[in-house]
Amino acid sequence: MTDLLPTIWFILIGVLWTGYLFLEGFDLGVGMLMKLFARNDTQRRVLLNTVGPVWDGNEVWLVTAVGATFAAFPLWYASLLSALYLPLVMVLLGLIFRAVGFEYRGKARSGASRNRWDWAIALGSFTAAFGIGAALALTTTGLPLNANGDRVGGPWAWFNGYAMLGGAAVVLFCVIHATGFLVLKTGGPIRERALALFVRLLPAAVLPLLVWAAVVQARGDDAWTLAMLAVAAAAAVASWLTARRGCDGVSFAAMGLFLTAAMACVFGSAYPVVLPSTLDEAFNLTVGNASSSPYTLGLMSVIAAFGVPLVLAYQGWTYWVFRKRVTEKSIPPAHSVSAL
Amino acid sequence: MEALEIARWQFGITTVYHFLMVPLTIGLGLLVATMQTLWFRTGREHYLRMTKFWGKLFLINFIMGVATGLVQEFQFGLAWSEYSRFVGDVFGAPLAMEALLAFFVESTFLGLWIFGWKQLPRLIHLCCLWAAVLASVFSAYFIIVANSWMQHPVGAELVDGRARMVDAWAVFTNNTALVAFTHTIFGALAVAGAFLLGIGWYHLWKRRADGIDRTTTSGKVIAGGGKAIRGRTDHRVWLRSAQIGAVVALISFAGTALTGDLQAKLMFEQQPMKMAAAEAACHDGTGFSILSVGDLSADNRDSQNCDDIVAVIEIPGMLSFMANGTFDTEIKGVNTLVPEYQEKYGTTIPDDPVYGERAGTQVDYVPVMEVTYWGFRIMIGFGALAAFAAFVALWFLRKGTVPRSRWVMRLAVLGILAPFGANSAGWIFTEMGRQPFVVAPNPDPSGIDGVFMFTAAAVSPGVSVGELIFSLVALTVVYAVLLVVEVRLLVRYVRGGVASAMPELTEGSKNDGDDDGVSRGKDDGDVLAFAY
Repeated sequence: MTDLLPTIWFILIGVLWTGYLFLEGFDLGVGMLMKLFARNDTQRRVLLNTVGPVWDGNEVWLVTAVGATFAAFPLWYASLLSALYLPLVMVLLGLIFRAVGFEYRGKARSGASRNRWDWAIALGSFTAAFGIGAALALTTTGLPLNANGDRVGGPWAWFNGYAMLGGAAVVLFCVIHATGFLVLKTGGPIRERALALFVRLLPAAVLPLLVWAAVVQARGDDAWTLAMLAVAAAAAVASWLTARRGCDGVSFAAMGLFLTAAMACVFGSAYPVVLPSTLDEAFNLTVGNASSSPYTLGLMSVIAAFGVPLVLAYQGWTYWVFRKRVTEKSIPPAHSVSAL
Repeated sequence: MEALEIARWQFGITTVYHFLMVPLTIGLGLLVATMQTLWFRTGREHYLRMTKFWGKLFLINFIMGVATGLVQEFQFGLAWSEYSRFVGDVFGAPLAMEALLAFFVESTFLGLWIFGWKQLPRLIHLCCLWAAVLASVFSAYFIIVANSWMQHPVGAELVDGRARMVDAWAVFTNNTALVAFTHTIFGALAVAGAFLLGIGWYHLWKRRADGIDRTTTSGKVIAGGGKAIRGRTDHRVWLRSAQIGAVVALISFAGTALTGDLQAKLMFEQQPMKMAAAEAACHDGTGFSILSVGDLSADNRDSQNCDDIVAVIEIPGMLSFMANGTFDTEIKGVNTLVPEYQEKYGTTIPDDPVYGERAGTQVDYVPVMEVTYWGFRIMIGFGALAAFAAFVALWFLRKGTVPRSRWVMRLAVLGILAPFGANSAGWIFTEMGRQPFVVAPNPDPSGIDGVFMFTAAAVSPGVSVGELIFSLVALTVVYAVLLVVEVRLLVRYVRGGVASAMPELTEGSKNDGDDDGVSRGKDDGDVLAFAY
């Protein structure tokens, strides 16, 4: 059982990515819906304010997932990030534009400049979601890595169908998850429209994620990951049915279960490989050969055992504090600064 | 250019840029939390207005720090994969802890603070801000621990060509980290102090220029404006802000000087070449150079031609004093150190494929001396300048306002830049002074053998020049545009004054109490106390 600690850390990193997609999933989706769904400025502000207090805290899940990978699996971190150089730079640019857009949009003085920030938020969210989806898919399906773990074949060697599948899977998940979030968090006409969209879109939106999970599952082929895939499919159906009955909370939770089961299937099937090499199986990075020393993993385990429950507790509390629905009526008039 | 140079420029540009936002976030955060605490304890209106106004500027700046900080977390893996592989076991831990223990708290509780003015009881709301601000300080500690391990690796050993952590306590109590951390926090407070002073000064000046405030024949101020938005309470806002700013600037200068002295003493032991390069000192000596001239350029730098550098003005004994508190210890110069380094760490880059074309070439152990020499002096010079300005300003402010002179006002506003410059110069000095190492060796005889890394070996082998050029250009352009956006936004909110951060003052003016009036945030169950 020398691989016990690395396995725990592999699971934890899977949990961090799932937490990231569950939480930032809806605020990335809300970002994209700023242009796809909202019809006027007030509606855009409703959308923005549903995630206003929480999006930054959600984004830290990404920082933690990446940081934990660096600490626990330095070789995985080094190979994956350097191999996916261009798409990840795009992800970073997307996240920068989106963050600045959130904060500066309301401070814009002209409609044109507000519109530019809306585009920055929508396109930034899309790029980030797509790139992260592509990266996660490729870490389960493989990259052309040599013995040192370096990408061969040039800047676009990562570009393939799996990257597109993963990108589409996460983008569509974010959109549907955000739509469900709006059903849960808004009231009035916006909620009605969001519900109609959710019901119409869900069957298509969950499909790519299920396909990705099925592809990885077929490679690993364990009974329990197959069960997880079935749970994911069932949860998607349950989310659809309960949404139609008006059980917003249950439907949202079922969507969370869909994501969790699908991610469990993906990461569970990939285990113990964290990043396969498409050139030679001998070059695969695994929980065994890519991890940090037992000493570092032990130290980090103590920190995580203390830190993760704490994060869940205070982030949970944040959602409780801001639990009220946001409607067009609750948006105060725009306040613009005029130099005195 | 080769991949290594581009990757270094990219790291330098993105990190220096990120560190424009960081000190302001840390320093201003501590001051805004103090203002809100004063409001909580006294209920006095001007403290609330100060909290709201400076809090607004804090947030405009904070978001840029967050956005550019993401790049930092990724770029070790993106462009420096060999570095990441070598140090990950040690270096990754403080980074992951920063995210999990500090950044989570900072982001979550700041969201609660921004949006929770009405949802949360006043004490809880205040605690949220303190949690966020203290987390940002804690954040700085973890990052400095990581950086200090690159300056002075401890608590590790070399296993299979990679550094491996063996003593976490040593890593997290690295003396390099402890002094660098306090130095950085004082540096952050210096930035915030100058920020408060410059902007407070501008508004006090503006009030006199607009005829709101007048002075008696003895120069005492008569604050005007009554109960209007820019009334007497506002005068107190700007006066207190400027005074707090000046005092904080003075204290933090003293703090940076003391911790900087400790840091220099450590550095003379831990990275003697960096300190020799800070002096552009080729020969052993005891004097601190005020001005050295000569050809410092690379062609002339091999040990023989070092004679071109002449210290024109020098304080005898000062360098020795900086290093160890005596006046007559000879401090080793570059010419003495180079053979020592060559003996310990080799004369050539190892013949290993990871070094690419550099394998087997001669190592240049001397950092770029133009950068280290001037970086060191700009840091100290700008720091001292800001402190001197704060001292003068405090004297001017004793009568409750500032001189009418537009030029003096402009100087006060310009002075905001001095501590920013000092911070950047200090970091550029310490990072460039560490070259040619990315992880400098620990020279302590009981230190760790073999745990050091040349920067030339750290870059990602698989990443192409084209990719690096793309990201360097894209990030630089985006950062430049965003800097313009941020500064324009800050200027607009600064000009708008308190009213720009408190729409409730212009709409119904419920809270526009008199001078010592007590105002309490009301709790009427609105969904949004603040909205984007």
